[in-house]
This record gives sequence, structure tokens and C-alpha cells, in this order.
Amino acid sequence: MTLENVLDTIAAVCMITGALLSLAAGVALLRFPDLMSRMHAATKPQVLGLLLMLTGCAIRIGALVDITTMVLIAIFQLATAPVAAHMVGRAVYRDGHTRKDLLIVDELAPDADKFTEVSPDQSRQTPGAPR
Amino acid sequence: MSPYEIALTKKERVRSRIIAVFGLVIVWNLLWGEFTWMNIITGALVATAILVVFPLPPVKFGGRVRPLWVIAFFARFFTDLVVASFQVAALAFRPGLPNSAIVKVKLRVVSDLNMTLVAEAVSLVPGSLITEADRQTGTLYIHMLGVEDADHVERLRKEVLLLERRLVRAIGSKEELRKVNAPVPEETSP
Repeated sequence: MTLENVLDTIAAVCMITGALLSLAAGVALLRFPDLMSRMHAATKPQVLGLLLMLTGCAIRIGALVDITTMVLIAIFQLATAPVAAHMVGRAVYRDGHTRKDLLIVDELAPDADKFTEVSPDQSRQTPGAPR
Repeated sequence: MSPYEIALTKKERVRSRIIAVFGLVIVWNLLWGEFTWMNIITGALVATAILVVFPLPPVKFGGRVRPLWVIAFFARFFTDLVVASFQVAALAFRPGLPNSAIVKVKLRVVSDLNMTLVAEAVSLVPGSLITEADRQTGTLYIHMLGVEDADHVERLRKEVLLLERRLVRAIGSKEELRKVNAPVPEETSP
């Protein structure tokens, strides 16, 4: 088995795993009950799936010019996916579209008011989580 | 100092601009695919123009970088990312709806940089996403997926604080380190 074979195998494994993870992310998007859960699918398996795809491509292509672009894609994907998920999730929580019956605890509910107000000086005397 | 009134000294401001230009030049070169003098010079021009038009918010960085802990942080981060991805993938194919929880975690180091980095990392590791963040008190409200019971919630809460500790070990200042090395306080419980 030559080095090329080994590299091809690694690339293939990366790409197939990446594709399967992306498929799982798609399935999760369809099956999960509310938007917050769906955003989980959009951040984790999807990001790793993409990273694996890029790794596979980088190994197969092997040209530095293309690899640098892929590195950038990877960095920005890691940096932006959580931010996007946070912005969407936050808007949805404020709009009350969360499936509260599936939440085991919700420690945001008692504090939720202070995020809808603009005043920057609230005193913090929030009691602990309900036990 | 409250994070709302960040005052940087002139030296700090210059330093953070230089770091920003440096980062943008690297991105520019990566986009072109090679590091050449031409790319570095044009990159520096573009970076300066961008920073003039879109000035960055002031970021206070008082710590120092500890390379070994940075490596440790990333090693753990990628392990967690892999584990988290397969967990969510498994949940996707499991019958029944997954339970979740929204948990409040008060970080021990209250700074914009620390909060941002912890929030980014938390979003990518096992079953958690940020729902809301309180910048003044350094509190994150984290949505967690696939939570089974109250014990599980506590375990995940501890995970977040441990992640913060790993991060501060990698890039925090001495004083921040002292804060996170103290035993995990009994959060907000009366």
C-alpha cells in the first residue's frame, strides 16, 4: 500500500463521515421539536461535518492555494455558527416559541424581564434555581 | 471595573489595532492563497481602511498567552466538538423527542473577551447553545439539549465552569487565574 493509497483512504473516511454527519444534521432539523433544539443540529454535527469534508478535500487536492481558502472557511464557520445560532435562539425565546413542556428547568424565565428592558442598572438579586 | 466603561490607555489602543491589522493581513493572504510581499502590503492597506471605516469595539486583554495550555484547550475543544456532534447526530435518529433545559451559569471572570470566547466554545461543545447573555454580570443562559434529569443539569453546569477555567489558564491574567482556580462556588443557591 503506497502513501497515496493511505492518503486516499483517509480522505475518503473524512468525506463519508462528514457527509453522514451533515445528513444527521438534516434529519435533526426535521425531527427536533422546537427551534432551539434545531439550532443545536445546525451548530454541532453540521460544523464538524463541514470540517471533515474540508479535511478530505484538502488531502485529495493538496494544492496550498486551495488549502488556505479552506482554512479560512473552517475558521469562519467555527466563529460564526454559534453567533448565528445565538441570535436566532434569543429572538425565538423572546417571542415565546420555545416548547416549554420539554424543558426540564428554565432558569431564564425568572430573569427574562430584564433583557426586554433597556435600563442598564438593575440590581441583581435573583434567587437560585427551583430545586 | 464594569465592562460597560472600558477605558483603554493609548498604548493599549494602539496595541489592539496592531493585532487587528495583523489578523486581517493574515486573512487577506490566506484568501489570495500565498504569502508574498505584494499581498502583505496590499493587505495592510485594506486592513487599515477597514479599521478606519469600521472601528472595532475596545477589547481589554490583560492576560498572557500560555502556549501549552492553549494547545490543551484546543485539544479538549476538538474532542468535545466530535463527541457533541455524534451525540446530536444520535439524538436525531433516536425515537421520541429530546428534553432540554435552560441553565444559568455565572462566569467567574467578567470581561467581554472571556464571555465571548466561553460562549463560542460552549456553543460548539456538548449539547449547549447560548440563549441569552448578561454582559454586566457575566452570566450566560445556556440551552442544553438531551438533558435527562436535574443531576445532568448540574454536571453540565460544572462542565461550563471547567471550560472557563481551561480558557483562562490558556490566556488569562494572574488575577483571573486565581478566580477560576478557587473551588467552584455554590452558584446562586440560597
